[in-house]
Amino acid sequence: MKGIIFDIKHYAIHDGPGIRQTVFMKGCPLGCWWCHNPESRAREPFSSQKTEKMDGRELQVTETIGKEYSVEELIQIIEKDQVFFEESGGGVTFSGGEPLLQFDFLLEVLHECKKRDIHTVVDTTGYVSQAKMERAAQYTDLFLYDLKHMDDALHRKYTGVGNELILDNLQLLDDLGKEIWVRYALIPGFNDQEENLLNMLAFLQKLKRQPKVSILPYHKIGSHKYHRFGLEYKMNGVEEPAKEYVDEVADLFSEAGYEVSVGG
Amino acid sequence: MNERIKKLRDQSQNAIPRISAERALLVTEFYKSDRAQQVSVPVRRALAFKYILEHKKICINEGELIVGERGPEPKAVPTYPDINLHSLQDLEILDTRPKVWFRVDEETKKAYEEIIIPFWTGKSNREKIFENLDQSWKDAYEAGVFTEFQEQRAPGHTVLGKKMFGKGFLDLKEDIAREIGQLDFFNDPKAYNKREELKAMDIAADAIILFAERYAEELEKRAQEEPDADRKIELIQMAKICRKVPAHAPETFHEALQHYWFIHVGVITEVNPWDSFNPGRLDQHLMPFYEKENQAGTLDEKQAKELLSSFWIKFNNHPAPPKIGVTAKESSTYTDFSLINLGGVKEDGSDAVNEMTFILLDVIEEMRLLQPSSMIQVSKKNPDRFIKRTAKIIKTGFGQPSVFNTDAIIQELLNQGKDLTDARNGGASGCVETGAFGTESYILTGYFNLTKIFEITLHNGVDPMTGKQVGLNTGNVKEFTAFEQVLEAFQKQVKHFADIKIKGNNIIDRIFAENLPVPFLSLLIDDCILKGKDYNNGGARYNTSYIQGVGLGSLTDILTSIKYNVFDERKINWNELFSAMEQNFDGYDELRNQLLNNTPKYGNDDDYADKQAVDIFEIFYAAVDGRPNTKGGHFRINMLPTTSHVYFGSVTGATPDGRLARRPLSEGISPFQGADRKGPSAVIKSAAKIDHLRTGGTLLNQKFTPSILEDEKGLDSLVQLVRAYFRMDGHHIQFNVVTADTLRKAQKHPEDYKDLIVRVAGYSDYFNDLGEDLQDEIIRRTENEVF
Repeated sequence: MKGIIFDIKHYAIHDGPGIRQTVFMKGCPLGCWWCHNPESRAREPFSSQKTEKMDGRELQVTETIGKEYSVEELIQIIEKDQVFFEESGGGVTFSGGEPLLQFDFLLEVLHECKKRDIHTVVDTTGYVSQAKMERAAQYTDLFLYDLKHMDDALHRKYTGVGNELILDNLQLLDDLGKEIWVRYALIPGFNDQEENLLNMLAFLQKLKRQPKVSILPYHKIGSHKYHRFGLEYKMNGVEEPAKEYVDEVADLFSEAGYEVSVGG
Repeated sequence: MNERIKKLRDQSQNAIPRISAERALLVTEFYKSDRAQQVSVPVRRALAFKYILEHKKICINEGELIVGERGPEPKAVPTYPDINLHSLQDLEILDTRPKVWFRVDEETKKAYEEIIIPFWTGKSNREKIFENLDQSWKDAYEAGVFTEFQEQRAPGHTVLGKKMFGKGFLDLKEDIAREIGQLDFFNDPKAYNKREELKAMDIAADAIILFAERYAEELEKRAQEEPDADRKIELIQMAKICRKVPAHAPETFHEALQHYWFIHVGVITEVNPWDSFNPGRLDQHLMPFYEKENQAGTLDEKQAKELLSSFWIKFNNHPAPPKIGVTAKESSTYTDFSLINLGGVKEDGSDAVNEMTFILLDVIEEMRLLQPSSMIQVSKKNPDRFIKRTAKIIKTGFGQPSVFNTDAIIQELLNQGKDLTDARNGGASGCVETGAFGTESYILTGYFNLTKIFEITLHNGVDPMTGKQVGLNTGNVKEFTAFEQVLEAFQKQVKHFADIKIKGNNIIDRIFAENLPVPFLSLLIDDCILKGKDYNNGGARYNTSYIQGVGLGSLTDILTSIKYNVFDERKINWNELFSAMEQNFDGYDELRNQLLNNTPKYGNDDDYADKQAVDIFEIFYAAVDGRPNTKGGHFRINMLPTTSHVYFGSVTGATPDGRLARRPLSEGISPFQGADRKGPSAVIKSAAKIDHLRTGGTLLNQKFTPSILEDEKGLDSLVQLVRAYFRMDGHHIQFNVVTADTLRKAQKHPEDYKDLIVRVAGYSDYFNDLGEDLQDEIIRRTENEVF
């Protein structure tokens, strides 16, 4: 069995506890306007031109985005960072894309990690069947769980899918007693309205366990990728949120008793 | 920082580096005297030292609390014609060169022209050395295969142990008298040599006491004239201290600092030793004095910090004595490599971090000075908060302190056959060099250009830059059918050049032992008094000669490229590769892209590439380690470049890793600039694959953007990264925290970035003082990062 991976980041320190290795898996059922990894959407690898700069000289080369790995190959790479996991209480984080889209592959990798006592995190949109979510939860120590919008129609507009399944799965993971860090990408003009924030808070307050809340302020870092990969960029004119506003949002959640972090 | 310290710091920062002929003239006067002709060599050296200290100008700076200058004023640097004689042209160059200049006034030039040059021509140690080295040494040296530390500076490379914080020079004089009394002229054929050496040490002890008394006198005089009542009391107090130390052992915190400072000035006045000198484990030495006074209520933290700040400024007042010729290029800096050690373990192996450690870290952060340099020793026994406190200073981006692995250092020293107690009292000095403090002479003999040697191997013994045959005929590589043959040929060339280097050093060692003994330094390092033997002649308990391998990252990539592209994958053949290198890759963009971007590289935790690093390490180690030197010790290796990777790169053509001709090589054991693409954890994994414990120090430079250290998580992760590296026996790691953008701005507008200090390699320097090639190299190193 092979998985398709488009990047592996070492010394990732904002994708869960400790020093982590983050495996970016290809394919995503959502199409968020602000996605900063648009190359992750398509499940299959694709070729792209890029410019190599060598001391002022430029050379056009072809690069393939996405590479196949067997479970063994991936586990070998993950295990290389064991010493950092142990020193820092870190581990491996599967991100994407939506890692659960390559469900069979991910499940096996997660299982192999747990056999080796490696701490596992799945960074998910939550848009996957309940049955799959439940099985993945067996081998996942922590979920980084994206909450994009509480309004189903707007969710559908900005991401391409509704939020019902996503909210149900969050509830499910809570019922299963899993540790969850909710990740809220704060996108000015899209999901930063007070009403949305209050609805989100209300939803979180229904959960049995209090998740940590990470606020990820929108940044334009991904915009050049749309250009490079010839994708339509819908975020023109959207500015990064003011620090004061981010702090205000953070305060809203902390005052409600949540542990809040900004930027990771 | 209070007003006084701010003033002193400004005075030090604004002092103009200049050449002073004072020492040169005094030593010439003495050497011309009848007395100098009548005595043995050690006694002559001691009397010369005494003559200098008797006659040199006494300098007391306004408001200072610790006194003693090597020159007539701050940053007035003496010269050492007895060791290396500057020509008028050298002085001209120093005066006018755009970086790391030293002003030379007319009076100094006149003194050189009329007195110093006429007397010392034909007599300086450097001339003796070059007379005694053979042609093969000179050829290799000129080709840039290695450098030689001792050709114009004396072997120093040692650090004070704890002994002198409990002893005065009068105590040492008693020790000397006892040893002289016990000499056995009937049975010991060396008795006369021992007596002369001990007599010389005794004179050197008198000299430093006399020097302090001259300070006391001047302080008393100033006190009488001082209108300000507070300062008057201070001056009287300082005079009292100078009457007491260094003759007697210090009893207070202030006395301990002044005591050390006289010792420091003594060592760097006697000769121009490498790495100036260094109090070593300062938090350990000072803690008992601080504790006692703090409890008695005579010294609070604020007062201790003020004294320490004043002490720090004294280091900063003393730039490295300027060199001439190759060494100026290879290591051009005002820094004189005094490296303060903090933390580590005590003699009994327990955690040594104490209150003084944290006070000193505060001082380092607040002073933010180039000198002294600072480092922390991290043992598994030390608390995380110690590293984290340090990380907060590192984060401010001035490249200090660097971080060392105590447990590895101890193991390295034990592997070299040292006693456990001596090992625990050790640390690192200079850039990253392992040593037993107070008991060891561990001289660096020179940088060894592994990449150049491989270039010569590729050309069957010929240096392609000059067409000259400097190496062995080890065969035409184009005819080799297996990668192992390439390695084998390289191994023979390394052995060949190591032989030449070691022969040279065994000659140079003797020249120093016979002509330039250092009786004052010998007083300080055990067991010189006990053995009646000079520091430069094997008097220390341990005597190590280090050779510094340079270019591990570059050479690993070069060998990997050949293995991968020529042998294993057959993507490029030898002829193509040689043509491309001859053309400096001009017209070979595709091929160069293959070498740079599609070939495994060191620094990515890729075993395919890292295997070559291990092979290179083992070849170098086997050629050097364990071979005897002339002082009863052995040659060992370490892996550090200071700035020689720039010089060594400038003599090396284009290389099979895609590096352009004359560009800098990789530094220390760091990956080649931009070759590491998987972040700091992968770099650390690669770097840990060589066996650090069989070296006397390795240097790993790690770059970080400020943003990665912004929050608590960033700092905690840095602590864990360090712990992980040290768990894998890594020796040292240093962090450069600055953006390429900032550096580019600084290069364009140096006037706006006068205070920008960056980590170079094993030390920090003002970015403005670095040569443009080194600036470019650091920018490249920084901008390729993802982290």
